[in-house]
Formats: sequence, structure tokens, C-alpha cells
Amino acid sequence: MQDNPRELIRVDQLSKIYRVADKQPGFKGTLSHFFNRRTYKVPAVKDVSFNIFPGEIVGFLGANGAGKTTLLKMMCGLIHPSKGLVNVGGFLPQRRQTAFLKEITLVMGQKQQLIWDLPPMDSLYVNAAVYGLSDEITKKRINELADMLELGEELTRPVRKLSLGQRMKSELLAALLHHPSVLFLDEPTLGLDVNAQARVRSFLSEYNKQTGATILLTSHYMADIIALCPRVICIHNGSLFYDGDLDSLANSLSPSREVRVELKKAYFPEQFVSYGEIQELNDRFVCLLVSRSKLTEVVGKILSDFEVIDLEISDPPIDKLIGELFLKGEIS
Amino acid sequence: MLEYRIEIALWALSGVLPFIMFSLWSQNDVGNSFGLNDIGLARYFLSAFLVRQFSVVWVVFSFEEDSLSGRLSPYLLQPLHPLLRYVAAHLAEQATRLPFAIAIAILFFVLNPSSFWIPSISRFLLAYVSTHLAFSIAFLLQSLVASLCFWTEKSSALERLIFVPYLFLSGLLVPLSAFPEKVLFLANFTPFPYLINFPAKILSGMPVDLLNGFFFQILWIAILLPSVNILWKLGVRRYTAMGA
Repeated sequence: MQDNPRELIRVDQLSKIYRVADKQPGFKGTLSHFFNRRTYKVPAVKDVSFNIFPGEIVGFLGANGAGKTTLLKMMCGLIHPSKGLVNVGGFLPQRRQTAFLKEITLVMGQKQQLIWDLPPMDSLYVNAAVYGLSDEITKKRINELADMLELGEELTRPVRKLSLGQRMKSELLAALLHHPSVLFLDEPTLGLDVNAQARVRSFLSEYNKQTGATILLTSHYMADIIALCPRVICIHNGSLFYDGDLDSLANSLSPSREVRVELKKAYFPEQFVSYGEIQELNDRFVCLLVSRSKLTEVVGKILSDFEVIDLEISDPPIDKLIGELFLKGEIS
Repeated sequence: MLEYRIEIALWALSGVLPFIMFSLWSQNDVGNSFGLNDIGLARYFLSAFLVRQFSVVWVVFSFEEDSLSGRLSPYLLQPLHPLLRYVAAHLAEQATRLPFAIAIAILFFVLNPSSFWIPSISRFLLAYVSTHLAFSIAFLLQSLVASLCFWTEKSSALERLIFVPYLFLSGLLVPLSAFPEKVLFLANFTPFPYLINFPAKILSGMPVDLLNGFFFQILWIAILLPSVNILWKLGVRRYTAMGA
């Protein structure tokens, strides 16, 4: 990779169009498809541009089919772009030059590279041979990464006998054995339980701190994005509609804040209407959505008008906001 | 992992077609019309079995499965040509087949003691080299078909187009000397006679035109290697990483 590049990854007007066959169901549809095959173009990614800097952890957000995985596949060189440019550390990924491949890794949560019937350790030594690592370095790195991932005797059990969490951790170990400086992670915590997700997240954070690696991550779990990614890139229908930090995204998505109040006695709902939008009212507890511009004024009024035991101000949950956003299909 | 031990034994047993053909031809005394007596026929088919054991290729099926399931994706992102991974798998399988092939050869000699022979060192070495060249041709031929996965997705169906002429023209069912001269003449310009018939004839000690055989083996590799390379480069641009 380049020495101290200003930007590590440059994506410029990148587009990908897939050609998809259209087949109607039934015998007639099959005959028609056989003799008169019809295809149509599906634009998966449309004119997307952004830069990523060394050491960043960037989360790609988007609904299913938004184009984030296609984008990731183009950035790592797995598929060729239809239009536009992607440059990673001075390389054109789709050329798959050896020097480039030695610097990157791709981990797909729903796919595995480990040999199913053999213990992960065998796959690790195959990978070590592929990347030309010496026995000494291989052993050292396996020990280091296994410690970080809390893997032990699992490495000598057949992969098919491992739990999903153990398999995913072993996959990460295999993918990072050659110490890549750019990690492309597509749903790395997919299907894992809460504890395993947390372990993978803390490992990635630690790996980023220790090695300064750049991490690009897609995930459906907002907890992954919140815990790991200071910067997010949102993709919708193949187009980029947000690139920035997560807090600003929350602000732009919701110009209001949540005010949760515990009162000394119960009140009627109509008594809160003038303060903000009622989100929840349960006996002595009320949750109001209050405009950020009126927050100080409204909180002051609540404290003076009611007998308040406790008051808490927070942002609405980001996963709820983003879920609503993708449901609506547009940024507010 | 008992199932794998059984699977390995089945691999070796699955290649016994030359023995079936031997029993068929020898019972009907047809061998003489090929210019071979029973001993010659036995040696030819044992040699054909051994050559087949070390030149059998299945890359198209593995590649198709990997391509359709998305397993090809991590292979494409490693600094090793994915086809070399399949070469390694084939070589590992050949090493695994070796003890079974030796055991079956010993059993064959026990059942047919009159056919016992030990080839000369030079014949053995030439057969060894030509078997590796035969494997290379077979591997490249199937890789060519496998590369069509980038277009057709189900290229194993096209493999049948190779398998049928392979079955008849390779010498697996019958030594090529059994064919009419015109068919033999035309067959010699295809890669198939150099996959089984040529190495088997060397190993069994039958008269064989070495220069012509090795020339065509090397020629076919020289034709197929760049063809696979070109088709691969064109095809991989179309890869959409399905299932991944």
C-alpha cells in the first residue's frame, strides 16, 4: 500500500448494473424462457462517491438490496464495476494484483472459507502457505489472534462440530492471519447470539487499535454500527444519501429529543399536549418527543408545572430512527 | 471420520471400469482382433486402470459448486490462482489413491499370475511423465469447460460433450487399435488418445510411437493452457459472486 496516503480508498461515480433473467412460472413460462430468454438491467449501485482514510472504521447502512454488499464487493475487487472508479491504496481492486490481495481480506457472515470437514487449524496452515508465511510467523500470529478471539481447542475440532459463534471467530482468525490492512466485513455478526456479537465487536475494535487497520463493515445489527463505526455511509436504492458521523445522522433524522419524566402522581394525557408529542404515558411515567429548539424552555416548564421525581433527556434510539427511515425510503 | 475412509476406498473402486472391460473382452476372445493376446490385454487394462487413477479430473464439478454457492469468492481474493487450488486438491487425491491402486494391482496379479510383469525403469519413467501430461491435458480441458460457469452457470452439463468422446477415444473401454484405421487416424488429432491409451501402452510394454505421443501431449497443453487463461480472464469479469 502507499506510504501515508491522504485517502486510502477513493470511490468515484461508481456504478454497477446487473443483468437479470425474467422467467414466468409454469411450463409455458419455462418454454418461453428457453426459446425467448428475456433479461433486464438492475442498477445495484448508482454513481456513488466517497473517500475513506487510513485507520477509519466505516459502517455501511441500508435495507436489504440497497446495494451495500455490491459496493463492498467492488471495493475488494470481487466484481468489476460497470462504471466509475474505485482505488484502494493505489490499486484498482478488480485487477487483483498480488500486492493488493495481500493487504486486504473479505469476511462474509453467511459464507465461510474454512474447510468444512477439517479443523480450522488445517485451513489456517493452508492460508499461511497461500500467503507465504513462515511456520514461525504463522504459529505466533495464530497464538496472538486466538488469544484475542478467545479460541483454544476449538481450532483442532472439525469445523462442522463448532457452534456458529466459534466458526465465525475461526473465520476471522483465518481472514486476518496475513495481517491485512484493509478489512471488508459483510455482516460479520449475522446469526450470532448477543454474547458472540459482543465478542466479535470488541475483537474488531481491538484489532483496529492495535494494527491501525481500516475496517469497512456492513451489518443489519445497529449495535455493531453504534459500537464500532464513528462514520456511516447510508445507501438506499443504490445511491448514497448520507456520509458522515452517526450522531449527525441521528440529528438529521430526528430534530427532536426524548424527555422521560417520572411524576409524583398521575396526570391526564391532555395535560401534556402543549409540551410535546406524547410517545408513552403509563400511570406516573410519561415520555415526550420535544423539538431540540424548544428543549430548554419545555424542560423548565415541566419542572415548574408538575411535581417531578426524575427527568431524563435522550436521543431516540438510532436503530428505531434508521428502521423508520428505510421503511419510508427517504431521508426526512 | 469413518465416512472419509470409506469414501477413499470407494474412489479407488470407482475406477475399476478397465477391469470390467478386460473381463468382457477376454471372455469373448476378442482380444486377438486387437492384436493382443490375453496377457497383453490384461497388462493393457491394468495399465489403463493405473493411468486413470492418476489422471482422473473432476474440477468442473467442484468449480461449478463453488461458483454457484459463493465459495469461489474468498479464493478469488487470495494471492493464488483459484485453479491452482483445484490442482493441489487433485494431487492430494492422487497421493491418497496410491496405496489403494497398489493393493488393487497386487490383487489383479494374484488373480491373473500369468499377466505379472515389471516394466523397465525407462518405460516406467516415460509412463510416469506421460500420465502427468495426460492429467494436465484432462485438467485443462475440464478447466476450459469450468470457465464457462461464468457464462452458463451449469457448465457441468457441457462436460458431457467431453466425456462421451473421452470414453470411446481415450482407450478406457478398448485399446484404440480396435478401431478402424480411418477413425484411428482422426482420433489421433484429438486430445483423447493421449489421456489413457498412450500412457497405458507405454506402461504395459506395448509398441508405441513415443515421439508422436509426447509431441501431441505437449501440443495439446500448449493449445489448452493459453485458451484456459484467456477464457478465465474474460469470464472472471462477469463473476457476480452469487450467493455471497
